[in-house]
Amino acid sequence: MAEVQIDQATYDALTSQGVPDRIARAKAKAATVRKEKQEQGVEIGPKSADQATKALAEFRENFGGSGGGTATATAVADAPSGRLTPEERAARVRASLGQTNGSPSIGVPADSKHTHRLLALVPPSGIQQVSDKQQDKVYTWPHLLLVEFVALLAMGAVLLVVSYFIDATFRELANPNLTPNPSKAPWYFLGLQELLRYFHPMVAGVTIPGVGLIALGATAYMDKNPSAKPENRKFANMSMTFFMCLWTVFVFAGSFFRGPGFNWVWPWVDGLFFEL
Amino acid sequence: MPKLPSWSEIQKNTQDNVIWKSIFRPGSIYRKGYRDTSRDRALAAMNNVLYHLHPVKVKRHGLKLTYTYCLGGLSFFLFVVLTITGIFLMFFYTPAAGAGTELAYADMRNIQASVTFGQLVRNMHRWGAHLMVFTVFLHMARVFYHGAYKPPREFNWVVGVILLTLTLLLSFTGYLLPWDQLAIWAVTVGTEMMGFTPVFGKQVQFVLLGGAVIGPNTLLRWYVLHVLFVPFVTVIFLAVHFWRIRKDGGISGPL
Repeated sequence: MAEVQIDQATYDALTSQGVPDRIARAKAKAATVRKEKQEQGVEIGPKSADQATKALAEFRENFGGSGGGTATATAVADAPSGRLTPEERAARVRASLGQTNGSPSIGVPADSKHTHRLLALVPPSGIQQVSDKQQDKVYTWPHLLLVEFVALLAMGAVLLVVSYFIDATFRELANPNLTPNPSKAPWYFLGLQELLRYFHPMVAGVTIPGVGLIALGATAYMDKNPSAKPENRKFANMSMTFFMCLWTVFVFAGSFFRGPGFNWVWPWVDGLFFEL
Repeated sequence: MPKLPSWSEIQKNTQDNVIWKSIFRPGSIYRKGYRDTSRDRALAAMNNVLYHLHPVKVKRHGLKLTYTYCLGGLSFFLFVVLTITGIFLMFFYTPAAGAGTELAYADMRNIQASVTFGQLVRNMHRWGAHLMVFTVFLHMARVFYHGAYKPPREFNWVVGVILLTLTLLLSFTGYLLPWDQLAIWAVTVGTEMMGFTPVFGKQVQFVLLGGAVIGPNTLLRWYVLHVLFVPFVTVIFLAVHFWRIRKDGGISGPL
């Protein structure tokens, strides 16, 4: 049997309401089935008492009037009117548990004729079968470990080759009395140094990075959208991309477009003032 | 000439003794041998110290290179490379400066000129450090775009942000150690900004510099921060980070 397709509209609506993915999928599949049945003209929904009686008669004709292998069949087939009143149902439960005196006791007494316990009465329509989605998994060894090992070797090789051909920067002895022009922070702080041109040092050096880091950490708690699909989180992705581009622009400006006195220069005119 | 033992005899004699059995746990592929069966694939992961990092099975989509680009793993790999090269450099480096005793700078020159592989190891340490800042940053971007910080992984995202900060601190504290013009002036620019922290900015700066300006005390402090304190804190957060990945259900997704 082909797998039931997911009804995308239902799935999207449920996901946006915060319904877990697994349940949204199951409900979306049920929606597809309902649609198909409606198209075929099959009646769906709860059955009337008449219909239930008719269905019971059909059931007896097909499977015999008494006995039956399953709890479901027994419970329904023995019912005189097709439906049990709550009192009848309670009496049946008591009887099957061997409780004739009405006092609850657990388990089946030794003198009971029953060889089984009734655990539940199941409606003939059955219960919804929702099983956890099987995950597609592979063994860590060899699949993951091989990928990791290759990545590690590649990175190690790149690092070794770069280190062989390019020497780390080493300048003359530190001299507190001789300020180089320009004096630059390491590259990852050059965005902040660039901000120093526009803001008070307290804002550029403390407030912006502090608030930025706290906001970054709090992102996980502020983003309430349960979906991880890119199409469902355009705003989050756009914001992140915007801030990362902004930050990259500041780092590039501070790194390559600032020269003596940290004034603006064009690297292709005035040369590079950048050291790693 | 006495008869040489066969390969299987050597193997049996090596493996069938108390010492070998004490090293490799029962069920280890080094005791029972390895055949390419599901059972042995599972045992290879289970009877391995890597079991602390990886479960026996992982989601298939996580293997795709374009899902993770191995960025987290490579960041950790660079951290290990930096630890190893850093220990090598420590053998030849004295964090001492000051008029007449410019030992730090002299040792740097010595490492590059006289120590076997000194220049190469120093280069690896420096380029590896820059690279690690870069891979950690890219790892963060990757996790964000996959929405991998969403429940139940919110706290691990916070640990990740802390690790990003620690990576920057590791790199920045190491930046001073060569004690050349580039080092002290880059650090001067960086620490001047810290001095503008409200209320206790000057005190923070004073503690970090070990004085009002950068000097020999600063070098010793930043050396200790760089080789002991920050790596120690980083390892703790790394342990929590890795542990939470597994507890939160492994790799995120599929999307």
